[in-house]
Amino acid sequence: MSAIHDVVIVGGGAAGLRAAIAVAEADPRLSVAIVSKVYPMRSHTVSAEGGAAGVIGADDTIEEHIYDTISGGDWLCDQDAVEAFITEAPRELLRLEHWGCPWSREPDGHIAVRPFGGMKKMRTWFAADKTGFHLLHTLFQTSLKYPSVMRYDEWHVTRLLVDDGRVCGVVALELMSGRVEAIYGKAVILATGGCGRVFPFTTNAAIKTGDGMALAYHAGAPLKDMEFVQYHPTGLPFTGILITEAARAEGGWMLNKDGYRYLQDYNLGTPSPGPVLRSMELGPRDRLSQAFVKEQEKGRTIDTPYGPVVHLDLRHLGEKLIDTKLPFVRELCHKYQNIDPVHELVPVRPVVHYMMGGVHTDINGATALTGLYAAGETACVSINGANRLGSNSLPECLVFGARAGTAAAAYAGAAAPAGPAVEAQAADEQRRLEADLRGRGGRERIATIRTEMQTTIEGAAGIYRDGDTLAKAADKLRELRERAAVAALDDASRTFNTELTTALELTGMIDLAEAIVHSALRREESRGAHQRTDFPARDDERFLAHSLVYREADGTPRVEHRPVTITRWPPGERVYGR
Amino acid sequence: MPEEITLQVARYRPEQEDRPTFDEYKVPLRKDWAVLDGLNYIKDELDGTLSYRWSCRMGICGSCGARVNGEPKLTCGTFLTDYAPGPVRIEPLANFPIIRDLVVDLTDFLVKLGAVQPWLIRDEDKPVEEGEYLQTPAELDEYKQFSMCINCMLCYSACPVYGLDDKFLGPAAIALAQRYNLDSRDEGADRRLTVLSQPEGVWGCTFVGECSRACPKGVDPAGAIQRYKLTAATAAVKKLLMPWGQR
Ligand SMILES: Cc1cc2nc3c(=O)[nH]c(=O)nc-3n(C[C@H](O)[C@H](O)[C@H](O)COP(=O)(O)OP(=O)(O)OC[C@H]3O[C@@H](n4cnc5c(N)ncnc54)[C@H](O)[C@@H]3O)c2cc1C
Ligand code: SF4
Ligand code: FES
Repeated sequence: MSAIHDVVIVGGGAAGLRAAIAVAEADPRLSVAIVSKVYPMRSHTVSAEGGAAGVIGADDTIEEHIYDTISGGDWLCDQDAVEAFITEAPRELLRLEHWGCPWSREPDGHIAVRPFGGMKKMRTWFAADKTGFHLLHTLFQTSLKYPSVMRYDEWHVTRLLVDDGRVCGVVALELMSGRVEAIYGKAVILATGGCGRVFPFTTNAAIKTGDGMALAYHAGAPLKDMEFVQYHPTGLPFTGILITEAARAEGGWMLNKDGYRYLQDYNLGTPSPGPVLRSMELGPRDRLSQAFVKEQEKGRTIDTPYGPVVHLDLRHLGEKLIDTKLPFVRELCHKYQNIDPVHELVPVRPVVHYMMGGVHTDINGATALTGLYAAGETACVSINGANRLGSNSLPECLVFGARAGTAAAAYAGAAAPAGPAVEAQAADEQRRLEADLRGRGGRERIATIRTEMQTTIEGAAGIYRDGDTLAKAADKLRELRERAAVAALDDASRTFNTELTTALELTGMIDLAEAIVHSALRREESRGAHQRTDFPARDDERFLAHSLVYREADGTPRVEHRPVTITRWPPGERVYGR
Repeated sequence: MPEEITLQVARYRPEQEDRPTFDEYKVPLRKDWAVLDGLNYIKDELDGTLSYRWSCRMGICGSCGARVNGEPKLTCGTFLTDYAPGPVRIEPLANFPIIRDLVVDLTDFLVKLGAVQPWLIRDEDKPVEEGEYLQTPAELDEYKQFSMCINCMLCYSACPVYGLDDKFLGPAAIALAQRYNLDSRDEGADRRLTVLSQPEGVWGCTFVGECSRACPKGVDPAGAIQRYKLTAATAAVKKLLMPWGQR
């Protein structure tokens, strides 16, 4: 069996579902497939807590949201993309409202908004502190009403089919049966999310292994700005579970071991009791995470069995506010940290959260390969530049999911079906996976190699980096790539073999780790989330440019640069708290 | 506190055996470890062949349900120390066909979910350009509880009616139908009535209430069902009282 569709979408998170609906609405005659390694409502979008930004208030303007995003991204965003994104975001959020999303409301029934880090105005829509959960279930449930959308739930995509530079389908493994099938599509949209699991300590769910980035990279599409990895300043120690920025937006304070609001020492403004926009605790994430490291160096953090922490203080917000605006924060603290934020300080430390980089696309989601599109966290358009602002990512999934869906529908409507060459590729891939199941020769456990990869990349490409360590990490990752290719598989079963999928994810993650390290090595400056101790200043002369990383035939990454699109906002200083 | 705890994990390998068996594993007993951390330890260090689902490890994706000492639980939110000194028995959710080990087949629920039309139905859509449908916080509260369902299927595992008759729509599907029925923006209650008021709809429920006790998100599906029975009964009476032509 092999299936034929017009548009094949890999991923059923916010970006993938929005894309599917866009295709279905553009032309109901087109057949759409959503292929997802987990049931769509399990996608990582479900974990997003804080909210989604879109200009709606009478005192707010598109222009201001654009400026916040571009300065927040340390001028690495493509400004035409940011403009399109911010102009279309409110409409997308309203559409979600019309589909039933339970947005939190003002007493008069209008949409309520909250402040968020790095944003000068209140423009973050929220559904209490389970925004991603509600957004994802609304999209998933709405997608059920389109008869042209067909789902392949729990199918793991292992390869893109490429015919003479044109992508025309995927090969996927059905977990339940172990079948490996080609799923042909005139256009393919990658909506596979980020790759936080490359790192050992992350807010990201287990499925965030960056498969789509690795698939595109293997097929010859470049990845963009992979060195920009966002650390969120407030993760729970041990689990890495996120305490949303909304906790600070509602007025939470960051305290060091002396109970001092240390952010005032880092050029982020002066403390006042209530939250002040673009200031102190509402500064951008890169600057807050960097301040943590400096505090640690000064010996002003608190040691715990799971590393140094600072405190997030929510006590002064009171039980009522916490229960209405931050109920999930209370639930998570209670369950996973055994504390009650109404009465106790919450221990937190920076945690890998989001990938600014991803598959290089244009403003319509088109990648460098004909027929291949990408949207959501897996793509880099780029609107996030060197540092994403919190609550810009969910609307990014919606705006560019819709754009990629519309573009793919237009392309697929006119494209010819796939040529015969790809059938051989599909058969090749089937043979490769069969061989894996028969055993791979090696004896090493997958978890051993994964842990080594994670410690290597954390050591080299964490909050602060330097050339020597990055170069050493590059060598180490090359070695790990070879070891991973033969890692042992205990499990030879065809039925729901999650050890095989874990092994496939690992090889992809090592490729991405290499892409991150090589891109970081080549960027000899400090900008946003990429801080080089050996090149501490921003260098617009040489690096007002995106990194593009290509995979050579032997697996080594090759890095090039291309200029950033600057339209109306010339590079300037990032000013917070003033 | 002892240093280790024994997990008795149900295994079912359809290619090798025709019924589930148990394997025992010793895992570290740590203060912060959830049952899921124990399973991950087994998978990573002891036996790569164990299959189970998980993703968010923060109680929101709904993947990781299993029976822990007989009770349906999210394994990411259930802690090993609560079961010390052990052993702890971990089995797949009840009432679903087992695919392998702790992985059960959820196809039936997905079909039922689609059947209740869990999307906003309007007689006439307002164009997006005209802004949001107004909804006060009180109106939001009317359905909010039922919108919190993470589709984890613990309630189906707990439901004795579903265990006897898998045609029963079941707690979560009915709660989600109610989530839309009670939404001030929705006008689709009539369309959902046909599915909900059939014998396998709300009337299947004998009000045991196990589902609400099992629910980790406070959805109270039993409450949703009871409330809907009233609605369905009123609708049925109304229909009887109406002249023939309008039925
Ligand atoms: C804890 C947390 C909180 C967050 N809070 C916010 C917030 O408040 N506001 C905000 O704007 N952003 C937030 N973010 C970021 C935001 O949630 C994500 O960037 C966004 O949800 C990503 O959506 P996506 O559709 O791109 O991918 P995902 O939701 O990650 O979906 C990826 C999909 O791809 C599928 N997939 C992956 N690989 C394969 C494969 N090989 N084969 C088949 N299918 C595959 C998966 O099954 C899944 O369906 C948060 C992130 C985290 C980690
Ligand atoms: S109603 Fe509760 S127990 Fe049932 S699926 Fe939903 S969240 Fe899970
Ligand atoms: S792993 Fe997501 S709910 Fe347990």
